[in-house]
Amino acid sequence: MANKTVAFEIKRQASPNAPSVWENFELEWRPGMNVISAMMEIAANPVTADGRGTTPITYDSNCLEEICGSCAMRINGKARMACSALVDNLEQPIKVEPLSKFPLVRDLQVDRSVLFENLKAVKAWVPVDGTYALGSGPRVFPQQQEANYPLSNCISCCCCMEVCPQFNDVTNFVGAATIAQVKLFNNHPTGNVFKEDRLRALAGDGGIQECGFAQNCVEACPKQLPLTEAISDMSRDVLIQKAKDFLRG
Amino acid sequence: MAAPKIIVVGGGLAGLAAVIKIAEAGGSVDLFSIVPVKRSHSVCAQGGINAAKDLKGEGDTTDKHFDDTIYGGDFLANQTPVKAMCEAAPAIIDLLDRMGVPFNRTPEGLLDFRRFGGTLYQRTAFAGATTGQQLLYALDEQVRRYEAEGKVKKFEGWEFLSAVIDSKGQARGITALDLRTMELRSFSADAIILATGGIGAIFGKSTNSVVCTGSAQSALFQQGAYYANGEFIQVHPTCIPGEDKLRLMSESARGEGGRVWVPRNAGEKRPIKQIPESDRFYFLEEWYPKYGNLVPRDVATRAIHKVVYELGLGLDGQPMVYLDLTHIDRATLNRKLEGILEIYEKFVGDDPRDVPMKIFPGMHYTMGGMWVDFNQMTNIPGIFAAGECEYQYHGANRLGANSLVSCIFGGFRSGPIALAYAKSLAAAEGDGGHGAELARQAEMNKRLLNNEGTENPFKLWRELGATMTEHATVIRYNKGLKRADEKIVELLDRFQKVNLADRTQWANTSFAFARQLYNMLELSRAVVQGALLRDESRGAHYKPDFPERNDEKFLKTTKASFTGSIEGPRFEFEEVDTQFIKPRARSYTAK
Repeated sequence: MANKTVAFEIKRQASPNAPSVWENFELEWRPGMNVISAMMEIAANPVTADGRGTTPITYDSNCLEEICGSCAMRINGKARMACSALVDNLEQPIKVEPLSKFPLVRDLQVDRSVLFENLKAVKAWVPVDGTYALGSGPRVFPQQQEANYPLSNCISCCCCMEVCPQFNDVTNFVGAATIAQVKLFNNHPTGNVFKEDRLRALAGDGGIQECGFAQNCVEACPKQLPLTEAISDMSRDVLIQKAKDFLRG
Repeated sequence: MAAPKIIVVGGGLAGLAAVIKIAEAGGSVDLFSIVPVKRSHSVCAQGGINAAKDLKGEGDTTDKHFDDTIYGGDFLANQTPVKAMCEAAPAIIDLLDRMGVPFNRTPEGLLDFRRFGGTLYQRTAFAGATTGQQLLYALDEQVRRYEAEGKVKKFEGWEFLSAVIDSKGQARGITALDLRTMELRSFSADAIILATGGIGAIFGKSTNSVVCTGSAQSALFQQGAYYANGEFIQVHPTCIPGEDKLRLMSESARGEGGRVWVPRNAGEKRPIKQIPESDRFYFLEEWYPKYGNLVPRDVATRAIHKVVYELGLGLDGQPMVYLDLTHIDRATLNRKLEGILEIYEKFVGDDPRDVPMKIFPGMHYTMGGMWVDFNQMTNIPGIFAAGECEYQYHGANRLGANSLVSCIFGGFRSGPIALAYAKSLAAAEGDGGHGAELARQAEMNKRLLNNEGTENPFKLWRELGATMTEHATVIRYNKGLKRADEKIVELLDRFQKVNLADRTQWANTSFAFARQLYNMLELSRAVVQGALLRDESRGAHYKPDFPERNDEKFLKTTKASFTGSIEGPRFEFEEVDTQFIKPRARSYTAK
């Protein structure tokens, strides 16, 4: 009996300005195989389905357990993490493409640094006085911890931005991930000190008003962050902040 | 004189901790990382971080934490730095709490703690089962703040290749490769802190992330730095075997009451739920009544090996045992362990709240690493090391939840010391060695890119991993270790015939990988030969032919140095600092 195989179609692009091409691969099926293990297999034997030698595929990956956020790509049209994309659960041929809304580097690798810049713009940190011994932190009740912890699980994969119809060059929309972090830090007893700065940052160009409530983000998030809830909470807070700023003149 | 410049290599917990201390003290830092620092391997730590805060009224003290750590490490760790770490741990937890880490809480709003392996105290603070992620994010956020203030410059997507060392043997900077443009550059610095994590990749599959190759450590080793206790490799008892990696199933599962068992009868055919308690072999609880499922990792791993390979009781004849949480209510499991339960669900497809997990030991951590003095400095003046990449805090076996505290403590210590060193450093003569080191690296790159041969680097790597896993993990025989060393020599030879399928100069991952692979091969020899020389059993290093600990001969730190010759590294041994706790027999079998 012939060994069971798995068919892949992978979109290749040698550099940002090069044309893109599709390459087909046929790999031996292995139990528990996922999209990353398939690409590791291709690296060890870089030959296409029609027997042509090619180059190993360039892609981002690191932890392979869906916690580092590196390996986001489009698999069968869906933005998701490649490490947790088990081959047995996917329709074949498995089509793999890079995220489409971020500058392409090579093959499946894109540049997602925009998110880290956004986090800087909204001061997504708790401004501690110093790292020397200053005693214990503020009391936090379990209910509060349980509300904040899910927001703190964001792995910066950018899937929510990829699937958002408003995340594009026209709107400059900041995207759901950053808005969720604003909620997280505004909820923190000390992080709260920058609350107004963060809300004002969300009120400007590409701010929270650009959200069209398509709700794609919450569906695509691999860590099930309560993104739409965060967006509506922060929309309300931004409006209140705007009103306050208006009254203050 | 210009303000001193520090380079930190690696943006996991140790690296970020060092950056924060330097920036806070007014120093200027260049931070190098292969991946965006928020994606560093620290993110994978699950169960928690140890500190004897005694918030459970058990009478825990930092002295007890110190004793558990030294005893758990089978007395191989130098005691002065370990004592300092345990004493600093409670304040580190408070600081992380102030930085906003969402630690689990008691009803009164205080930090909650759970029990981990190798202790009888609830000493582990935790944020669900994603503590490493939450800690890394907290430090990442503080560094982002300093970055926004212009005190830190990040070089993400750059890989460290080597140190630049001047004619006096002092570090003057690094060379690094831009993984996108493939540009080779050298960077000046007055001090360098290496915080490059683990070496899992030399074992092929491990719980480590892709970047944990040990390449940077090996490069420094080849430049003259000592590599210490390399033979001490932690194999974590509970992992999910996978095609691409071994996924960790945190010790916290047992900390929250998880039980390890197999059916007593090898041919058990009944469905799991119909197997009565009397027919279940809870071997850790039977063999180690006092510590039960929370014996240290080396002990649990060997017990699972014994059950599977000596008693023939692996599940369905396979190398697997159950890790069972199904007796714990779903709400508690979700509150305390959700992160790891999701991993099991996603990658295996079963819900561990309903069905016991099937697990097996997997390579997880290196206790060994760069040799450093009590000031975190390697034997190359100006090069410091912190975190998993150095050897100092865990002896022959690391206790669970001690890694996060050692990373942060080591980073916090190395930052200010490196800054003080940099301030007192005299100016370099000439170019400080930059030109020569750049030329050496350029030559290596050129040779690799133009090499004509038939060997695929990814295939060589698989062979290395298989050999290392077979001969240099749970059970070691001198014959096997010798065979492993011969195999590595063969692989080093075949590396000369490596042919890159990709010769382009843009985001060429094969090229970067081949450079890492060479370094992995050289470092593997220090691991294997160190194990070969140590004819005793201590902590994670276990030789059935030498089953006892031998303090007279081997209560010593192994120090490997590179010779470049076919015989491999040269070894010397250094006395261990045991001034506070007298070495005693280590056993967890008491009732």
